[in-house]
Amino acid sequence: MQFMLLFSRQGKLRLQKWYVPLSDKEKKKITRELVQTVLARKPKMCSFLEWRDLKIVYKRYASLYFCCAIEDQDNELITLEIIHRYVELLDKYFGSVCELDIIFNFEKAYFILDEFLLGGEAQETSKKNVLKAIEQADLLQEVRHNYFL
Amino acid sequence: MPAPIRLRELIRTIRTARTQAEEREMIQKECAAIRSSFREEDNTYRCRNVAKLLYMHMLGYPAHFGQLECLKLIASQKFTDKRIGYLGAMLLLDERQDVHLLMTNCIKNDLNHSTQYVQGLALCTLGCMGSAEMCRDLAGEVEKLLKTSNSYLRKKAALCAVHVIRKVPELMEIEKNHGVLHTSVVLITEMCERSPDMLTHFRKLVPQLVRILKNLIMSGYSPEHDVSGISDPFLQVRILRLLRILGKGDDDSSEAMNDILAQVATNTETSKNVGNAILYETVLTIMDIKSESGLRVLAINILGRFLLNNDKNIRYVALTSLLKTVQTDHNAVQRHRSTIVDCLKDLDVSIKRRAMELSFALVNGNNIRGMMKELLYFLDSCDPEFKADCASGVFLAAEKFAPSKRWHIDTIMRVLTTAGSYVRDDCVPNLIQLITNSSEMHAYTVQRLYKALLDDISQQPLVQVSSWCMGEYGDLLLSGQCEEEEPIQVSEDEVLDVLEGVLISNLSSPVTRGYALTAIMKLSTRFSSVNRIKRVVSIYGSSIDVELQQRAVEYNALFKKYDHMRAALLERMPVMEKTAANGPTEIVQTNGEAEPSVLDVKHVPSAPQPSVQANDLLDLLSGNDMVPVIPTTVPTKPASAGGELLDLLGDLSLTGVPASAPVPVSISQPPFLLDGISSQPLFNDAAAGIPPMTAYNKNGLKIDFTFERSNSNPNVAVITIHASNSTEADMTDFVFQAAVPKTFQLQLLSPSSNVVPALNKGTITQVVKVLNPQKQQLRMRIKLTYNHRGSSVQDLAEVNNFPTQSWQ
Repeated sequence: MQFMLLFSRQGKLRLQKWYVPLSDKEKKKITRELVQTVLARKPKMCSFLEWRDLKIVYKRYASLYFCCAIEDQDNELITLEIIHRYVELLDKYFGSVCELDIIFNFEKAYFILDEFLLGGEAQETSKKNVLKAIEQADLLQEVRHNYFL
Repeated sequence: MPAPIRLRELIRTIRTARTQAEEREMIQKECAAIRSSFREEDNTYRCRNVAKLLYMHMLGYPAHFGQLECLKLIASQKFTDKRIGYLGAMLLLDERQDVHLLMTNCIKNDLNHSTQYVQGLALCTLGCMGSAEMCRDLAGEVEKLLKTSNSYLRKKAALCAVHVIRKVPELMEIEKNHGVLHTSVVLITEMCERSPDMLTHFRKLVPQLVRILKNLIMSGYSPEHDVSGISDPFLQVRILRLLRILGKGDDDSSEAMNDILAQVATNTETSKNVGNAILYETVLTIMDIKSESGLRVLAINILGRFLLNNDKNIRYVALTSLLKTVQTDHNAVQRHRSTIVDCLKDLDVSIKRRAMELSFALVNGNNIRGMMKELLYFLDSCDPEFKADCASGVFLAAEKFAPSKRWHIDTIMRVLTTAGSYVRDDCVPNLIQLITNSSEMHAYTVQRLYKALLDDISQQPLVQVSSWCMGEYGDLLLSGQCEEEEPIQVSEDEVLDVLEGVLISNLSSPVTRGYALTAIMKLSTRFSSVNRIKRVVSIYGSSIDVELQQRAVEYNALFKKYDHMRAALLERMPVMEKTAANGPTEIVQTNGEAEPSVLDVKHVPSAPQPSVQANDLLDLLSGNDMVPVIPTTVPTKPASAGGELLDLLGDLSLTGVPASAPVPVSISQPPFLLDGISSQPLFNDAAAGIPPMTAYNKNGLKIDFTFERSNSNPNVAVITIHASNSTEADMTDFVFQAAVPKTFQLQLLSPSSNVVPALNKGTITQVVKVLNPQKQQLRMRIKLTYNHRGSSVQDLAEVNNFPTQSWQ
């Protein structure tokens, strides 16, 4: 995977994770263009599209669009599964996750993503293990430190 | 300094901002506060500030002043700080910035930390954004971690290693470790993709992998790994992919895999997306390895089933894979043709594009009519971005499989009228060539083009082709004769009106104007209203456009000084031959430049000119029957450049827009034939003992053949014909033409003159070269035309009495 973006129906970016080195300006440009393209798609359309030389896989969950850019030889259908697995993880962690949760706890969403994907590939396929790791890491963050955030 | 506000509150406040300006204001205020807080080196609240900064960064505001702070956070001992610090590093930094190098040391320390989560964080960061230098430095540490017993770390280390390898391919000597299955499979995949030696090393693994896959499928329900009843699909897909790479090109491994692939293919449930994902990967694998044919058929059937699925994603994926396989398994894919054609009508852009490409790949002689109808309909209704591709695809397909010339022309016209502005520039000359080739269709074509032009002059390629045709075949238009459509009554003025309209209109590009002007000029020989044409031409003699002006001036000169040549110059174009079977991009005839110096050089004969003999031979290479003979130009003035005729018929000026001009063929020597035959005549007088013969003797005209062997190529017989006239009157405009059977190749050089003087006072000589690679009996059919005593004479004869030495 080259990058993953989460954005709302109004085009506001909620999460961005880049696995390739690009300058800030390029990232902004890509984000802007991609958001426009995906938001212009009608609801019944195919979840895959070709954009520049990448394949883009996107799925909409309630008001959020989850958008991944994969390379040519990657399997599109399994990427959809990856997106779904990530949403499930978020759901389990936050308990019925909604967009607000991701807005206010974006750093936690990132931590979960980092436990699930590393370098653009899935590192742990078991839901239980991912959640357990996050739980333990959270414990390390001593309670009183939460005040600091 | 009061405690900076908490992250939550900041987020809440920013969200209440109603306008962009308000939001910006709030953010700037907060940024200022953060900056001063950083300056004060406040440890306690640093992580809060950085978190706020990250949020602002996500909204799009610049946050680079936080980079150093991230580093400080990473260096701190508190886990919270480290977490936020690494997150900030991953978001704000990338390998292009120098600051990240400072992280290297921190990461190194953390990789050796006692807490696995800290190590995990470090690995994660390294894996996401490690630069080449960092990777090099830290590779040793990562390798150590790969070997630990802690599975949590091992899997992270494996992926990190993947990233390292991607960045620094030389580090691949890292030993692989059968750690956690998934990540190590990824690692192995990556290594195999990079290095072929690894491939052989890992091929030994194939049986093991097969076993693992089998276990996965067979084993019971494992709740943590499964997705809707299918156990660990991610791992399955990964293993399949690895199998694909290992099996490519290798028979043994492929055989080992056949069973398991078949099993996966048949057992996986397809109702959910997951099952389909696995099936898709299986199909891809089957296609790539050397699988047996039964398996391949199974794969294509699966794809066919995908196509019928309602889910668009699956259909898209099926179309893509079918495109890849259509080369190898053409017939199997044909079965699904109707479904594919239906997909053309789908609303979704991606599917349409795929279906279009696949349809073009599937077109063949049998289904061309039906498919073309669909494709033309598609062309009408599709988006502009598709039109260019679709149009060129239609042209190619039509050219390969057109059932009849008329159908071909109809199709092309339809394309031009619907998508005219999107067609590529080289289709105009192709179309022109096609039209000249189908001589029986001229009247029909020109009528249709005329009608199209009446409707609409905005589509440039259409206008160009139409004006060219009207110029060439205007007389056919006037006579109104056409078997296939109702004749329309068109008058000369109407035609000229249309052409002038094109010239004047703002919609016409300069190239089109050039076409129109030349067309008008050509009509001067075909129509009778010459004065009007003269007027038009002289108007443009002072046009601003240099190209038009040049043409107009020359045409004017034609009217004034060279009126006698006008008819000959503006004669109809001969049939052009194609050099290649598909999409000829060169037109065999050389067309000269319309240069000012042209007019005073040559006498143009009434017959077409190609002095470029190379073209005959090129043309023969594509296997034409009985070479249509093209005699050489009559009095050649070798002084002009390369003996080429500067031909105004061509209408092709290289000084104009290059894209619209067909490429005049340069006299490039086709490889093997001409190495012995250079353009200067080879007159070896050493006749090598082949006796001369009389080929033809009738009505006072005698033609003798003398033979020479070409020096460099023993298969080439050089024949010199000598024509003499024993009657009392000269024979003028003498033209000698010859044709040979398919296995031979013929080249005619320039004759010495075209008048055979009476009473054997002199002879015409002409050199004929015959290539006879199969050493067959030489046979020739000759055609002679000349004017004798005021009447023109034509005669055909067969020459069979060649001496055997001429072709041995």
